[in-house]
Amino acid sequence: MEQFLRAAAGWRRSGRCGVWLAAVLATAGIEAQMPTHAGQYEQADIEQGARLYSGHCVTCHGERGDTMPGANLASGKFRHAETDRDLSNVIRNGIAGTAMAPSAYTDSELSAIVAYLRNMGSVDLSVAAQGDAVRGRALFQGKGNCGSCHRVGGAGPRFAPDLTSVGATRTAATLQRVLVDPNAALLPINAQVRAELNDGTVITGRRLNEDTFTVQLIDSNERLVSLDRAQLREYTVSRAAVMPSYAAIFTEAERADVVAYLLSLKGPN
Amino acid sequence: MRRCTLVNTALAASILLLQGAQAEVTFERLLNAAAEPHNWLTYSGSYASQRHTALRQIRPSNVGELELKWAFQAQSLESFETTPLVVDGVMYLTEAPNTAVALDAATGRLFWRYQHNPTADARPCCGRVNRGLAILGQTLFMATIDAKLIAIDAVTGQPLWQKSIADPGAGYAMTLAPLVVKDKVIIGVAGGEYGIRGFIAAYDAVSGEERWRFYTIPAPGEPGFETWADGGDAWRYGGASVWLTGSYDPALDLTYWGIGNPGPDWNPAQRPGDNLYSDSVVALDPDTGELKWHFQFTPNDDYDYDAVQVPVLVDLPTTSLSSGKLMLWGNRNGFFYVLDRVTGEFIRGLPFVKVNWASGLDERGRPLETPQPLGSVTFPGVQGGTNWYSPSYSPSTGLFYLSAWENYGSVFRPAEAEYLPGRTFVGGIPASPLAGTGNIPGIRRGPINNWTEALGNGAVIALDPRTGEQRWRFPTTDVSSSGILTTATDLLFTASRDGYFYALDARTGRLLWRTSLGGQGANGPMAYAVDDVQYVAASSGNGLFVFALRD
Repeated sequence: MEQFLRAAAGWRRSGRCGVWLAAVLATAGIEAQMPTHAGQYEQADIEQGARLYSGHCVTCHGERGDTMPGANLASGKFRHAETDRDLSNVIRNGIAGTAMAPSAYTDSELSAIVAYLRNMGSVDLSVAAQGDAVRGRALFQGKGNCGSCHRVGGAGPRFAPDLTSVGATRTAATLQRVLVDPNAALLPINAQVRAELNDGTVITGRRLNEDTFTVQLIDSNERLVSLDRAQLREYTVSRAAVMPSYAAIFTEAERADVVAYLLSLKGPN
Repeated sequence: MRRCTLVNTALAASILLLQGAQAEVTFERLLNAAAEPHNWLTYSGSYASQRHTALRQIRPSNVGELELKWAFQAQSLESFETTPLVVDGVMYLTEAPNTAVALDAATGRLFWRYQHNPTADARPCCGRVNRGLAILGQTLFMATIDAKLIAIDAVTGQPLWQKSIADPGAGYAMTLAPLVVKDKVIIGVAGGEYGIRGFIAAYDAVSGEERWRFYTIPAPGEPGFETWADGGDAWRYGGASVWLTGSYDPALDLTYWGIGNPGPDWNPAQRPGDNLYSDSVVALDPDTGELKWHFQFTPNDDYDYDAVQVPVLVDLPTTSLSSGKLMLWGNRNGFFYVLDRVTGEFIRGLPFVKVNWASGLDERGRPLETPQPLGSVTFPGVQGGTNWYSPSYSPSTGLFYLSAWENYGSVFRPAEAEYLPGRTFVGGIPASPLAGTGNIPGIRRGPINNWTEALGNGAVIALDPRTGEQRWRFPTTDVSSSGILTTATDLLFTASRDGYFYALDARTGRLLWRTSLGGQGANGPMAYAVDDVQYVAASSGNGLFVFALRD
């Protein structure tokens, strides 16, 4: 027990507010659902989609989505797509024989663009929160102290999930939700575990893999540890995220900035 | 009992593991890998590339008590050719084509997996395979079949940087495990069957920036270009791949690399001259890439006799010849060479299998070529007397061991090849000497090798570097794609195409233990220890199988 407390205390010392965006973010694959009908799009995704749209799509399709003959994007009707999945595929693969070229958007970006297209007619871009990734980076490192737990680009601790590629696998809406309510968004694999060995040794960490007989984790000293369940006196999985809510720490505008920064993290090169 | 027999350092390190953070693999640790035999820190186990373990727990008297401790099944059906690294209880390996994996070395359970998806234009000639990783500090390095070098955090499996080395669309690919020397990561490119111009290059381990590049084919104006000069543009497409990891001598501060065949592979008329540095070993300054010496095994190669082997560095101070700092090389061309690795000077070379393309080697090691008439059989055949699978040297027995393809020949028929970017550029197709049969394949397919007895057979052979002569031979029905591991207790481990993993007495070649794993063994067995238990690991089929003594 003593070792557990010491490790936890040490952790808190190094990270002023014990920030753990972590728990909520890093598992493989995209968790974003692709709704096939309107009404399920989150504001943050729509706004992120608007930003992406105005950076690329606008060149041909225009601000209101109506400058290409026969294609009025804001109408909600698409000649080559019915479902959101169809739309993603068209954006990703392009349309052969037309000027609509394939793109290299991540899954996260595709779902944001789809969210925007589905709401183009009703969204006033002038009031959409325009997060600033540069400001967000400063908040991540400064006021939010996020870098005291999370690793980005090979710098920072490894105990919380690495965020180097978080922008490629998480949507704006998910990131917003995590910042406000980490507990609700906690993915089970990222929950903190505490294992007490039969000899009294206590190990805390984050699970990497688990099976009937063993568990593999990265412990609070950033070591890869494999444990035999038969050697454990006690094994508990915390339901609470280590990361605090940023609802009161960041303003809404600051959260938008941090989200913009996180979305810019798409891995090396 | 086990505690006494395993070297003490292994025990000390496993205790350390439970304190402090995950230890860093410094360059000093790589230099002194012999001091921590419980770990396997580089592709070949040490910079000298002897594939020899100092662990002593498993020995001839108890090898019969080996039992399977765990198996790891790759998520890929490509040939499993990786040699794992083991660092303080964590095993790092690759799944084909380019997925890096971290496992608990005692149980085989997964810590993380990082998958790189090669671009669709990657076109390695001989399988979408990978032979393993390198490590420095807490960073792993993986060379990919789409010619990228990727740095990966060894604790989290997150990529740190990625560097495009060459154009995969033009046939450049990498299958080798990189070699770390000092603060640099050294790799080489393959693609000799697509008309590449090969090179070896070094990258800063932290930033990924290229520090030097040594082209394995000299350009006009550079020394050695005269060996291509009569071929017009032949040098631009002349191949000279680097298929395998090099070695390093810290005292001489030289890194040694084997270079592949010139292209087009089977039509030397299109590239008159010796075609340096194809089919050679080169000694480079690891800080600058400067060439210090070279030795060419097969000038103006007709047969695809790549020097596709790991240079094995051996010190035999009692030898009357040379400095005693030797390099041993069982070459694809069928000759076993002993070189002075200070100067590259040839000491001796004798055939280790049936050879008829040359009658011998002259005093400088150049082959006395005896080309066979068109349509008749050349020995060794196109896959060579041996190939990429690692040999082993045992300081205990003083012998050099390799997997040989015996009595194996091909009929070579050169043809004109036209260079088109990204297309094969080989100049003919070698044929089987037996009508109605194919060549023995590079990778075994089918339940039995039913052409073997007519077309060749395999053997593990022990060669004496003092004389160049064979000391013993363990014949096998099928040829082998497996490397060899020797131990300080005079065991030899290897695997076979017909699915066996077995142990021989390294002094006599007598069979001491075998088990049937059912799939082709196509990496080199390696050894390590965790918590006082010595393990030996070998690939079979698409997985890794790990053995230790019965509890």
